[in-house]
Amino acid sequence: MQSPVYTCSLDNVTQLINRIAEKMPVYGDFGSSKTTLSPKGFFLPALEKLYETAKINDSYKITPAPPENAPFVLLGIRACDAAAIEILDGVYLNDPIDPQYKARRHASYIVTFACETMGANCFCQSVNINPAAPKGDVKAWVKNGTFFWLAQSEKGERLTELLLDLLERTIPAGNDLLPVEPPDSAPALPLPADMLSAFNAPVWDNLHRACIACGTCTFLCPTCQCYDISSHECTENSEKTHCTRQWDACLYPGFTQMAHGNPRPSKKERFRQRFMHKLVYHMQKYGTSACVGCGRCVNKCPVNMNIVKVAHVLAQEEVNAYV
Amino acid sequence: MCNPNLGLIPFPARIIHITENTADTKTFRVVGEDEKKPFAHMPGQCAMLSLPGVGEAMFSISSASTNEEFYEFSIKRVGKLTSELHTLQVDSPITLRGAYGRPFPVNDVLIGQDLLFIAGGIGLAPLRSVIRYVFDNRDKYGAVDIVYGARSSADLVFLEEIQNEWTARPNTRVHLTIDREEEGWSGNVGFVPTYIKQLSFNPSKIALICGPPVMIKYSLATLIEMGFEKTQVYTTLEMRMKCGIGKCGRCNIGHKYACIDGPVFRCDEIDELPEEY
Repeated sequence: MQSPVYTCSLDNVTQLINRIAEKMPVYGDFGSSKTTLSPKGFFLPALEKLYETAKINDSYKITPAPPENAPFVLLGIRACDAAAIEILDGVYLNDPIDPQYKARRHASYIVTFACETMGANCFCQSVNINPAAPKGDVKAWVKNGTFFWLAQSEKGERLTELLLDLLERTIPAGNDLLPVEPPDSAPALPLPADMLSAFNAPVWDNLHRACIACGTCTFLCPTCQCYDISSHECTENSEKTHCTRQWDACLYPGFTQMAHGNPRPSKKERFRQRFMHKLVYHMQKYGTSACVGCGRCVNKCPVNMNIVKVAHVLAQEEVNAYV
Repeated sequence: MCNPNLGLIPFPARIIHITENTADTKTFRVVGEDEKKPFAHMPGQCAMLSLPGVGEAMFSISSASTNEEFYEFSIKRVGKLTSELHTLQVDSPITLRGAYGRPFPVNDVLIGQDLLFIAGGIGLAPLRSVIRYVFDNRDKYGAVDIVYGARSSADLVFLEEIQNEWTARPNTRVHLTIDREEEGWSGNVGFVPTYIKQLSFNPSKIALICGPPVMIKYSLATLIEMGFEKTQVYTTLEMRMKCGIGKCGRCNIGHKYACIDGPVFRCDEIDELPEEY
């Protein structure tokens, strides 16, 4: 059954947020643009403890970190980031399920916010995402000076129940009240058709040169999900160790380094891995590319290298190959 | 294929026996806390072995799943963690999680077939789990040929076990080779791929190869020359791993993850992947 659409005046939005905040922590707002960092850290923190090991009587006692399952709300998630969360779900909620991710994800309420304009370097429409129709437990938008609220899941309905006395029911929301998709001006992000020919394309020899392998794109990317695991001696007690998981980047040489060698020995192979994973491997494995067009990597790359350039150069290479 | 309960939290474990195989390789026998094996496994699968505070790495389980008492890991001293492991004594605690990956197809494809094992150096470790499994289920498989090479006789891992036990098994032939002449060596001298050619095997066998990448490459080429199809040849690949469950993102070869789609691959499957291993 389709949930009813609710409205309130823009002046009362703060009241809505405060009401939710009485029940659980609320992060984000209905601000004018997407956040600088993506929301992935709420589900896959940049650093987290997995377990603790204590050496007692010459054997190890292992204590897993307790699951983080306290409910929380993310407000104002844009369509790109909502799509990214679905991509992360595909990786972490598929067998074998990641219990830490699952606990946080199940505890989260995602309230999305429709974009009526495209931000600088945004290109979600080039990857088939409608910025005016974000997914999420609740979708919110502003139209003609009114704030709109629509539950899109059971969780979203639970959140709505907290707010019933602050909202007005509007049925039905006519098309004139729905957010309007901004005009689409950018061409679609081309995805290579053939994995091996994209992998072996000569363009990688030059494309990687500008990259300084700083990893900024990886850490800002809402779908980059690779991690490292390491073990540290506890400073206050040498019999205790912490095992942590932290974000990692395939652009770093240590990522695949083994004692006997490295299957990706130079920056070229590591640079290629990042873009092949986004544009090709993820598509082969999960049926969708791993780029949601949020444009964070385009905004922040210190050498102006980005996935849009790489995708177009690869596509041109493919065209040339058939001429 | 993957056990859905596989996670990142290990079991406490203990070393109960250490064999010095060569100057740089030791075989560790490991049990869980209650002297039992905390998880089941199949030949060719791997486990994450860790020394808290030092590190964690993926090792092939070199004992057979038919052994219900303990796991064995045959580990060459090459880096930081393996050097630290080599300093351990019997009764030292470690931690263990697994079993990870796709095993060799011992219960379907290999049944009833003549088997040809080809190994170089420490590459015999993963194949030993299959060889011992076959010995423990001897009537299910045909003839067994094992071609095993190393730089010198002192680098042949499991040499004692091979000479005392394997050669005495029914319908089993072991062909040893070393790279250079040595006083007192009665086996073959020469590289593994050349030796395979000399031995001229019937291409109806199923071959299982593991060793240094260059040895795998030339052995495979020799087998193809002899009339083997790539679909008859299996190998196991080594990549850096952190999670073992297809999430951490570093053991991929194209869209396949060595930790869940491998480490065992049929050679025609590898052809479809980018050459990055």
